Amino acid sequence: MSTVNLTVNGKPVSANVEDRTLLVNLLRDHLNLTGTHVGCDTSQCGACVVHIDGQAVKSCTVLAGQASGANVTTIEGISNGDELHPMQAAFRDNHGLQCGYCTPGMIMSAIDIVNRYGGKLDEDTVRHELEGNICRCTGYHNIVKSVLDAAGRMSVAQAAE
Amino acid sequence: MGVEGIGASVVRKEDRRFVTGKGRYVDDIKLVGMTHAYFVRSPHAHAKVKSIDSSAAMKMPGVVGVLTGKEIVDDKIGNLICGWAITSRDGTPMKMGAWPAMAPETVRFVGQAVAVVIAETKNQAHDAAEAVVVNYEELPAAADIRAAIKPGAPQLHPEAPGNVIYDWTLGDEAATDTAFKSAANVVSLDITNNRLVPNAMEPRAAIADYNDAEEHFTLYTTSQNPHVARLVLSAFYNVAQEHKLRVVAPDVGGGFGSKIFIYPEEMVALWASKKVRRPVKWTGDRSEAFLTDAHGRDHLTKAEMAFDASNKIIGLRVKTYANLGAYMSLFSSSVPTYLYATLLSGQYNIPNIFAEVISVYTNTVPVDAYRGAGRPEASFVVERLMETAARQLKVDPAELRRKNFITAFPHQTPVIMAYDIGDFGASLDAALKAIDYSGFPARKDKAKKEGKLRGIGFSCYIEACGIAPSKAVGSLGAGVGLWESAEVRVNPVGTIEILTGSHSHGQGHETTFCQLVAERLGVPISQVQIVHGDTDKVQFGMGTYGSRSAAVGLTAILKAMEKVESKARKIAAHQLEASEDDIVIENGAFKVTGTDKSIALPMVALAAYTAHNLPDGMEPGLKEGAFYDPTNFTFPAGAYICELEVDAGTGKTGFVNFVAADDFGRLINPMIVEGQVHGGLAQGIGQALLEGAVYDASGQLVTASFMDYTMPRADDLPSFKLNHTTTLCPGNPLGVKGCGEAGAIGASAAVINAITDAIGNNKLEMPATPDRVWHAIHGNA
Repeated sequence: MSTVNLTVNGKPVSANVEDRTLLVNLLRDHLNLTGTHVGCDTSQCGACVVHIDGQAVKSCTVLAGQASGANVTTIEGISNGDELHPMQAAFRDNHGLQCGYCTPGMIMSAIDIVNRYGGKLDEDTVRHELEGNICRCTGYHNIVKSVLDAAGRMSVAQAAE
Repeated sequence: MGVEGIGASVVRKEDRRFVTGKGRYVDDIKLVGMTHAYFVRSPHAHAKVKSIDSSAAMKMPGVVGVLTGKEIVDDKIGNLICGWAITSRDGTPMKMGAWPAMAPETVRFVGQAVAVVIAETKNQAHDAAEAVVVNYEELPAAADIRAAIKPGAPQLHPEAPGNVIYDWTLGDEAATDTAFKSAANVVSLDITNNRLVPNAMEPRAAIADYNDAEEHFTLYTTSQNPHVARLVLSAFYNVAQEHKLRVVAPDVGGGFGSKIFIYPEEMVALWASKKVRRPVKWTGDRSEAFLTDAHGRDHLTKAEMAFDASNKIIGLRVKTYANLGAYMSLFSSSVPTYLYATLLSGQYNIPNIFAEVISVYTNTVPVDAYRGAGRPEASFVVERLMETAARQLKVDPAELRRKNFITAFPHQTPVIMAYDIGDFGASLDAALKAIDYSGFPARKDKAKKEGKLRGIGFSCYIEACGIAPSKAVGSLGAGVGLWESAEVRVNPVGTIEILTGSHSHGQGHETTFCQLVAERLGVPISQVQIVHGDTDKVQFGMGTYGSRSAAVGLTAILKAMEKVESKARKIAAHQLEASEDDIVIENGAFKVTGTDKSIALPMVALAAYTAHNLPDGMEPGLKEGAFYDPTNFTFPAGAYICELEVDAGTGKTGFVNFVAADDFGRLINPMIVEGQVHGGLAQGIGQALLEGAVYDASGQLVTASFMDYTMPRADDLPSFKLNHTTTLCPGNPLGVKGCGEAGAIGASAAVINAITDAIGNNKLEMPATPDRVWHAIHGNA
């Protein structure tokens, strides 16, 4: 057992966990942040994507201990109070989700994609970049639409800052 | 239609919780004192269980108990059953082998559970499961259809000699043979319909909570039909009495059929919870999903179509072997029979059809309904034959189809189904226009100059949805009725709760069902709440599958709404001192037509509940229920056209365009309908190009992870161009047909027809991987 100290969604947290505990299990089982999902056991599906120090990471590939000292953001930490993050709003407005299970990971990956590419995103790039996130419901059509829509919204928001 | 009524693309009410991580799936639930289950599973496809030694496991940290198959049999927990009786052509009933929830003596597929460890944490349960020593005596296995039907093949069940479950036929064999004898041309194909793994993104999970003071169980489970689960668990599996079992299916992360069935893990969790007197949670991992979720498809078919000299179809003859796996899952028997052969007429006037279906046991996980369930297999047979015929007869594939379309309705096919309405020519025309069919030869030439093989493929599918008229399915062997129920509760302050037996696991019912209320009463959907997925809250219902929730579930809500409106009108008329016939409902108010007198819905509701001033003899309250049993199936149909390019050097397929023209009748929410089509198309394209469950000869599933089984990813798929044509379904008052499965039913034939057109070789199996396509091009397939 080890004590892990990190920042999650802006709040310092401390947990005493087995050394083999994955970050996703720390989030779900110890911190009750169940928005981050587990969809596979081979780090393929991306349902568990969170941001570690601003970068999208599959939280099933990281031991909780490895995240010690890091700044972790989950799906629960991206909206501004009642105001949805532009990516969350774009997924809702473009019907970019159906069962909702892959959605948190999709949104966290998509924010990272837009952060990296800015306004230079096109459909092919979005499709290529989303390779690490599997959705079984939407056929990706409306997810791609959502990400491109959000890229526009996020650049507008940035320009306004 | 109003901004939130029928036909409006209303943004989904449920999405706020999903995009903020506030969805509540089974694995998100924690109960006080909860233990965790981990199953000990067979590594062998076929073996005798000689002994199980759990003594070391019992001493491991945190272990609460280790339970085995022998104990579950000793406790008289029932075997799993198949609920649809099929009769063989010789009059004998289907041969159902015993399927205990954990195997006491014999395992018949890799992954079958033999014991379960209950511990304080999941890790502890997992560790202890590794320490359970099971001594197996391996037996020879039959891992696919051909191996199972060979003379001298290993026998799975003593009840089923030769591993044959049934040998069933449909249609007039003699008349069909006669038609073939008179044919000017006959087209034939050998078809493998590849085995698929449903892979809903949320793995199955269950939490069982036994309250010994009340002798009452609660089961949280990943189910598409919680009431059916409760019925089966109580009536057949003897786990709990129906009134002492609450089944809750909260947010469910996709189903596609795989969460219809009641699996061993839920049964064991309930039983174990009573054994250990603690709540028991089991959450499957993806490997367990691959090994134990019911798979889909897996047919071997020989199909022949006969044409007269004018290219009219005069006969269709089909012989199919269907793999049902090691045991008969809940609806498995119906999928390759009444959900398959009854759709073999496709969109065409075919006077003579004969189908023989032989279902067999193999040492693989059970096979059951997966998105489309039998109808994709039928559609693939018919549409591959049509394309092959067009090439063989040297006629245009669109025109051959058009020549044979059914154009007069109702139309009785020779295989049970009576199509109520459709306009197949309209769908084909819309698709041809969308893809610019007349420009295709020029595009093909241009691609050729660039070194690419370009092809175009059609698929004109039809499906039977709105499952199903109870009397009809009962006569065909179904063990349940397939109606749906609803209850409409207008609360004393005028807000509305709709309780439905349908279950939403991605379909958006929380929005579309509200749209019906908005349409009829003119109230905002924010005033309406959909309640589903909890047997303690909702009256008995049948759940969601077979594209039934609009045609059957929503119609049940409409029937209950009509009763509520009728009573509310009487109250309003009484309050307004007007004639009931003069009351109209507009914008949430009851108005006396031609006057300015009106009373708002909340005031009507309040009057109903205060009961101070109701018409004489009227009961207080404003709540009504309805059961709706459809009179026929519905028949969504459409035309899909795929245009693609193949790289002859690599065999890789690249989409140029994929167009769909679907006729779903009236659309409640076009945005949601299109989303359903996108997802279905992705699964159909996945089957055509990427997906295939592969067992090796010893019965090991070699595609048991997302590393090995190719799920469609974002860059495997094109954006889709969707079109709609409309004939309103005459069988239900809303005119809806259902849209959940169409894409998966129609897409795969369009893709394979396009690739085989591009490469000029019609012999190509699914999934058409670059390797297979390359070999098909270069002649040594």
